[in-house]
Amino acid sequence: MASAPRFPLVARGLTVRLGGHVALERIDFTLDGHSRIAVLGANGAGKSVLLRTLHGLIVPTEGEVLWAGSRARPTDQAMVFQRPVMLRRSALANIEYALAVNGVQGKERSRRAREAIDRVGLAALAGRAARVLSGGEQQRLALARAWSLRPRVIFLDEPTASLDPAAAGEIERVIGEIHASGTAIVITTHHLGLARRVADEIVFLHQGRLTEQSPADRFFTVPRSPEAARFLQGELPWTTTSPAS
Amino acid sequence: MQDIQASLSLALRLLAGGDRELWGIVALSLNVSIASAILACALGMPLGALVAVREFPGRRAVIVMLNALLGLPAVVVGLLVYLLLSRAGPLGGLGILFTPTAIVIAQTLLVLPIVAALSRQFVEDAWGEYREQLTSLGVSATHAVPTLLWDLRYSLLTVALAGFGRAASEVGAVMIVGGNIDGVTRVMTTAIALETSKGDLPLALALGAILIVLVIALNAAAYALREWSMKRHG
Repeated sequence: MASAPRFPLVARGLTVRLGGHVALERIDFTLDGHSRIAVLGANGAGKSVLLRTLHGLIVPTEGEVLWAGSRARPTDQAMVFQRPVMLRRSALANIEYALAVNGVQGKERSRRAREAIDRVGLAALAGRAARVLSGGEQQRLALARAWSLRPRVIFLDEPTASLDPAAAGEIERVIGEIHASGTAIVITTHHLGLARRVADEIVFLHQGRLTEQSPADRFFTVPRSPEAARFLQGELPWTTTSPAS
Repeated sequence: MQDIQASLSLALRLLAGGDRELWGIVALSLNVSIASAILACALGMPLGALVAVREFPGRRAVIVMLNALLGLPAVVVGLLVYLLLSRAGPLGGLGILFTPTAIVIAQTLLVLPIVAALSRQFVEDAWGEYREQLTSLGVSATHAVPTLLWDLRYSLLTVALAGFGRAASEVGAVMIVGGNIDGVTRVMTTAIALETSKGDLPLALALGAILIVLVIALNAAAYALREWSMKRHG
């Protein structure tokens, strides 16, 4: 796939104020093309705001997001939301729509849409209306839609929230395949077990500030920041009893 | 009471007997009202959707104006169209005053604000849900308009029906620009007004019954279609 260099993706001094509230404060971090980063933190820590800012949905109040040194938002990056919006058309047509608006036409569009829906295990439901699929199926369809665009990096905002363990397991499998296909992953989650399995690196946010960025093994064994340590102490017992962890 | 019963029974006989005059009036009414509703939807839905999704200076004023136009006095619209189309008016050369085309123009102007204002509300509500997803996929606000209109097609059917209902029930503007000419521009509402003033209640009642049945049937069909689509498409 010939495309302009995208990495490193650098967030430099990112500050986001939303309605007078500081959602992110002077965030700095770097993502390379093979990264699998999990963004962790308590509710309201700024995880989703960070993802949206990196993706380009929120313009930072201060600071900048640089893709290989450029401020231009590249098109070969995608995001999957916690509650993805499906258009009132078939599952396959939802993927084809995303491809069409990104300039993929004709047989190539059909082929890529079929390939994507097949890879997430929804080929049998291709003709079914997307909005009547279950939550887990819709989330897999959203992953297929994003994946079909062949992004260099994919942002996943709590993709397994509200899903049962089986559906969450399927999502995890698809995330693994997406990464194996050469796409960098940035994921927010409250599910520490998932973060442990899918991420190589952890970014920890506390009240809008990045307090730690560590390799996943080190983060879960010897977190450097006291906020992360407290977070893990409060959450770890839950992850050890989770069926999906 | 006996008069009403006699009129109703005569009305039923007219309907059942396929009275040519009566059905001619019904056909013209349907033609001009459907044409007006289609034109108003073709213009008003994209307009309302654009106002819903785009940010521009004066947007609030446009929304207030659209909402205010919901109460547009029909006779004023009729008068304006009359002045435009009359021989001395700027469009007098077209020679379409007192024709069904003039009725369509007046009804379209009346229905347009209704369609635009209601569409704006539907689309604005949906835009709150769709905005991040479509933006994430690389769709601009303007390019989101056809997507939103198509996705809301079953909800917007209600808007189209409201527009048709407004057009079909209009009297004043239609009377002014159509002239209520027998066999040319006489529609159900103007015929009802005329026959009532003449004391010919059976025809007026028959037309009134048809008008009500049509509106109920269309709304029932739209309701059934919407229910079916919600089950099928979610």
